[in-house]
Amino acid sequence: MSDPRKAAAPDPDDFLDVDGSLSAEERDIRDTVRGFAARELLPDVADWFDAGTIPEPRALAKSFGDLGVFGMHLDGYGCAGASAVAYGLACRELEAVDSGLRSFVSVQGSLAMTAIHKFGSEEQKNAWLPRMAAGELIGCFGLTEPDSGSDPGSMRTRARRDGSDWVLDGTKMWITNGSIADVAVVWATTEEGIRGFVVPTDAPGFSANTVHGKLSLRASVTSELVLDGVRLPADALLPGSSGLGSPLSCLNEARYGIVWGAVGAARACYRAALDYAATREQFGRPIAGFQLTQRKLADMVVDVNQAALTALQLGRLKDAGRCHHTQVSFGKFACVAAAQRVAREARSIHGANGITLEYPVLRHMLNLETVATYEGTEEIHALSLGHAVTGISAFR
Amino acid sequence: MGVQGGWPPAMNIVVLVKQVPDTATERKLSSDDKTLDRAASDGVINELDEYAIEEALLLREKHGGEVTVLTMGPDQATDSIRKALSMGADKAVHVNDEALHGSDALQTAYALSRALGRMEFDLVVLGSESTDARTGVVGAALAEYLELPQLTLAGKVDIEGRAIKVQRLTDYGYDVVEAQLPAVVSVVEKINEPRYPSFKLIMQAKKKPVEKLTIADAEIDAAKVGLANATTETVDFAPAPPRAAGTIVKDEGDGGTKVADFLAEKKFV
Repeated sequence: MSDPRKAAAPDPDDFLDVDGSLSAEERDIRDTVRGFAARELLPDVADWFDAGTIPEPRALAKSFGDLGVFGMHLDGYGCAGASAVAYGLACRELEAVDSGLRSFVSVQGSLAMTAIHKFGSEEQKNAWLPRMAAGELIGCFGLTEPDSGSDPGSMRTRARRDGSDWVLDGTKMWITNGSIADVAVVWATTEEGIRGFVVPTDAPGFSANTVHGKLSLRASVTSELVLDGVRLPADALLPGSSGLGSPLSCLNEARYGIVWGAVGAARACYRAALDYAATREQFGRPIAGFQLTQRKLADMVVDVNQAALTALQLGRLKDAGRCHHTQVSFGKFACVAAAQRVAREARSIHGANGITLEYPVLRHMLNLETVATYEGTEEIHALSLGHAVTGISAFR
Repeated sequence: MGVQGGWPPAMNIVVLVKQVPDTATERKLSSDDKTLDRAASDGVINELDEYAIEEALLLREKHGGEVTVLTMGPDQATDSIRKALSMGADKAVHVNDEALHGSDALQTAYALSRALGRMEFDLVVLGSESTDARTGVVGAALAEYLELPQLTLAGKVDIEGRAIKVQRLTDYGYDVVEAQLPAVVSVVEKINEPRYPSFKLIMQAKKKPVEKLTIADAEIDAAKVGLANATTETVDFAPAPPRAAGTIVKDEGDGGTKVADFLAEKKFV
């Protein structure tokens, strides 16, 4: 065995050398997204958050498309066909900037494109996926409703047949990119159960209203979708979709990205706190030298690295085709809570400065409030884990 | 020398890529032979070479043809080759031989000229200097070895048929310099904005051909390369002195005056 005293001191930014096990290709993808994020996103994100919007979502979508991040883990139709780990790394590096920007990518790739990729006809795939991958078209995903959150099966949106057409009525809520989307994947109950529909947003009867006054995920567009007698041809139905399991399988993909994203947000907060603690002097010395601060930093570095290991392990399982959806629930449950703890500690280390947009910590902390509830609340994931280990469902 | 001429103007472009220590990390020379300690910091593509790659790709997009990366360096340089391929270059040639260790700028230019002698090309593009040695002479020396026109410090490149026209950036503006292909062009960072590697290209990169050459393969004379035969010698070196602590000016209503006094004292104004 090698002498542990001779091992190199750990890198504070990757204490357990989690990234040391990445392949060259995975490192290249990580570095590319990190470079892109640092140059194209980080300088503006605080302003976007302050403004409560993304000023030029089409330009942003195009730059994401050029990078190849939309649907990067899907095969064919203009998608890169990268590994689950590579996709996770992209989510991690984007969310290290802002959860809203990672959400943009999750919704486009893991929700809208994945739904079409999994359940669409060949014609639907060819019609939508290449242009969505390129960032020329923006997609959104309508499952949640004002009165149906954790219990999506209770949805009220209906699709009824009229001749060969479908007619959709209902309201969807908390839809990321709803008001800037070209296409919405909408889930509705039919006589044969829940089915998915590809709805061009210029269809008569379709409208989207932006949600204002959010205190979280402000660098992201959130909308309500209203479907008022939206008439669609027969080929708008996603033929492979059947039952609630279809949209839930898409959410499972997006959740997987969130697990990685939370690691990015946590790392960014930890890094900011480390920098701040090293330069902020009180009582004549850097606050990093105080025991109470060191305890916080120790808690943070543990949370960040444990979360990073969890994400990577899920990615390896996924690439081996062995990742169960309850394991993704484990990741979301554990990693988002870890990120929230890290963000809160980071904000406390920053003192008053921590509450401003000058530093990223409160922005991340507020974003993580959304990340903790969307795509399955912490409570639902706890119940999913409880079910997995006991065999007893507590809620269904 | 295997220079390709003629028509149609699909261009074979060779872009020279050097791996250098990351400028963001502390760079060191090793004390035993006063050469770069490559293990001390991460290797990255020399920044100006990224502009050279971008320009080569832009020229390929306009004129058709192929972009080949040529790198001289140790095993670790494969990282930089992979990145160049991830940006979109078609293939690569890696000259890697222990005998090249410690070669100076002139020897490097000689070795590269030998490797280029085996290749078909219309244009050689490189960054005008590297962030490690910063000699800025490899482009010129290489052109001399190849007996080709050198168009250095290019801020803009236009090619029509076999004619190449370059805006050569100077302190006072730019000169317009013209030559006939084949030619050697060194670029400055004003020339373009290097692209990000796309994920698709990153994943294709490992499937692209990388030809590995020893000095024997490239017919490089061992007596003309390497530390022992270098034309220049590093006599001594010392680490950069630690940066002196800055002066903090506290604004008590007179901050502007104090800053102005400071600038005047240092003769900045």
